[in-house]
Amino acid sequence: MSIFIDSDTKLVVQGITGRDGSFHTSQMIEYGTQVVAGVTPGKGGQSFEGPNGERVPIFNSMDQAVAETGANTSVIYVPPAFAGGAILEAADSGVDLVVAITEGIPVLDMARAHAFARDKGVRVLGPNCPGLISPGQSKVGILPAQIVAEGPIGVVSRSGTLTYEAVFQLTNVGLGQTTCVGIGGDPLIGTNFIDCLEAFENDPATTAVVMIGEIGGTDEQEAAEYVSAHMSKPVVGFIAGQTAPPGRRMGHAGAIISGSAGTAEEKMKAFKDKGIAVAKRPADIVGLIQEALA
Amino acid sequence: MDIHEYQAKERFIAAGIPVPPGEVATTAAQAEAIASKYGGAVMVKAQVHAGGRGKAGGVKFCNDASEAREHASKILGMDIKGLTVEKVLVTPAEDIESEAYVGVLVDRSTQSATFMVSPEGGMDIEEVAEKQPEAIRRLAVDPRYGLLPHQAYWLANFLYEDKGHVKQATKVVSQLYDAFVNSGASMTEINPLITTPEGDIKAIDAKMSIDDNELFRRPDVAAMRDTSSEPTSETKAREAGLSYVKLDGNVGCCVNGAGLAMATMDLVKYYGGEPANFLDIGGSSNPDKVVAALEIITSDPTVKAILFNIFGGITRCDDVANGIVEATQRIDIQVPIVIRLTGTNEEKALEILEEAGFSAYTSMDDVVEKAVQLAQD
Repeated sequence: MSIFIDSDTKLVVQGITGRDGSFHTSQMIEYGTQVVAGVTPGKGGQSFEGPNGERVPIFNSMDQAVAETGANTSVIYVPPAFAGGAILEAADSGVDLVVAITEGIPVLDMARAHAFARDKGVRVLGPNCPGLISPGQSKVGILPAQIVAEGPIGVVSRSGTLTYEAVFQLTNVGLGQTTCVGIGGDPLIGTNFIDCLEAFENDPATTAVVMIGEIGGTDEQEAAEYVSAHMSKPVVGFIAGQTAPPGRRMGHAGAIISGSAGTAEEKMKAFKDKGIAVAKRPADIVGLIQEALA
Repeated sequence: MDIHEYQAKERFIAAGIPVPPGEVATTAAQAEAIASKYGGAVMVKAQVHAGGRGKAGGVKFCNDASEAREHASKILGMDIKGLTVEKVLVTPAEDIESEAYVGVLVDRSTQSATFMVSPEGGMDIEEVAEKQPEAIRRLAVDPRYGLLPHQAYWLANFLYEDKGHVKQATKVVSQLYDAFVNSGASMTEINPLITTPEGDIKAIDAKMSIDDNELFRRPDVAAMRDTSSEPTSETKAREAGLSYVKLDGNVGCCVNGAGLAMATMDLVKYYGGEPANFLDIGGSSNPDKVVAALEIITSDPTVKAILFNIFGGITRCDDVANGIVEATQRIDIQVPIVIRLTGTNEEKALEILEEAGFSAYTSMDDVVEKAVQLAQD
């Protein structure tokens, strides 16, 4: 089992002919993801060639791609100027899940896109996220498949490489994952910690969850409330940015301490107060998970 | 990106918000000339990207032009929170009857532009929020409709009782929303919005931060960037496409990924050191990026050791190792470098690095401990 994506996921790639889009489409096909369509306006009728000669049909628009192929999930590798529009189009096309990888989308574009997707009942993951992978079943996005393994741990994180770090350590000690989800480093994201925690709680195959947060906002504090009120499965947390100065954006658009809110200390305290084991260093995550499962 | 008060006022004026006249001076003589042109009392205000300018002595009331000269000469060159004041705004002093606060920011919880207004202007809004939360009215603007007329009226009604004031403030509130959207801002505020004895409403201070992601489509706003208000290393990093923030420590950090970069800085602290910077070099193995990163880190004389922490995912570790070796051959580096690579093809990467004479690690803790120790030696 897994959350959000599985072996039945039928994926359409928006921006399939671009540099990143084509590279990662090949990687996803290689992993076994059912990539059923691509969309690049003006290139409809052409096809994308996969690593083993697979042919993925390209359409001009999302509605055509969905109508022709029955795709239920979209992934977006479109440049920032057009990515907001691509999310709107995807949310209007009939897919259930839109995964926005693009970094650098203007935040007011995202305010509009999130409002629209909410109205349509479509889940957005990201933007500015690495996507997600359900080991052995499907991968949507840019997570490196080599470091994951099938198993019982759910992973949810605002970061990319820091997540890989944690996942790789889990895999190295034989703890595989049900699904690893990167929710993204932007201030306005679609799917948040609580959405993922709820899904992991309801996924019978998941036995414990690793939650990796960072400075900025109060999502981690709200997630901690959720864990204590609604979760039976153990959660291990880590927060990046204890040494980050206030008022400075640390790479991610959303990683900024504004005023007194959003510090790492505050988040770690919220975790501890709500019974979430907090790793002081990334290297401690595995040990805490093993303890929780013992 | 933060812009100065005088620049934010330009955006306000373009949106129709009533703002007193003002001109920028870079010398005391200029400040005097501007003040004598206006006649009467003026304010001389430091233009610097830091809060608390008034408390730091960067905002002064001047009775006449010669006082303006005197104060400007003190303020220009002044250090406010580590930033040197290069410009002052000279503007006629206004008679103030009341001070209100009007601000808009992108709010994470409502996922939209959100107004905060308060009749308690002139002080820090965070302080008001803490001490008198009932003195703030909030409104999340639905991004699909924008600020609706009755909503602007509802906000203005919270600020004033006088009909004339409410009418003017309704206009200002919706003009501020236009300025916010048309500038691609992530935050803007008028603090204070004043009423004068004549019954007018004016914005006498202005603050605005621009969403960096908007700059590509707003060249007029991007041109407002003042690079004199940031360390040269940060300007250089931005031009090289690197995400960099200078800090006070001596362990230079070069990491791929923002989250991992923060976690690395934290680990430096955990082992008793202090990070010299935040730096995300991104996911590629391109030696040019590594060269740019190393040049930026080594231009900081306080750096005593450099630490690489790379997770090779899609980009394989051996490619990254080759990139680092090539980059370090291209520039002369005087401080020790320690490298940690983990992920895909890490064994191959270690061989490459060790052959090139580097101390290479696969454990993040080991490499950070080593870097901290080298920086202390």
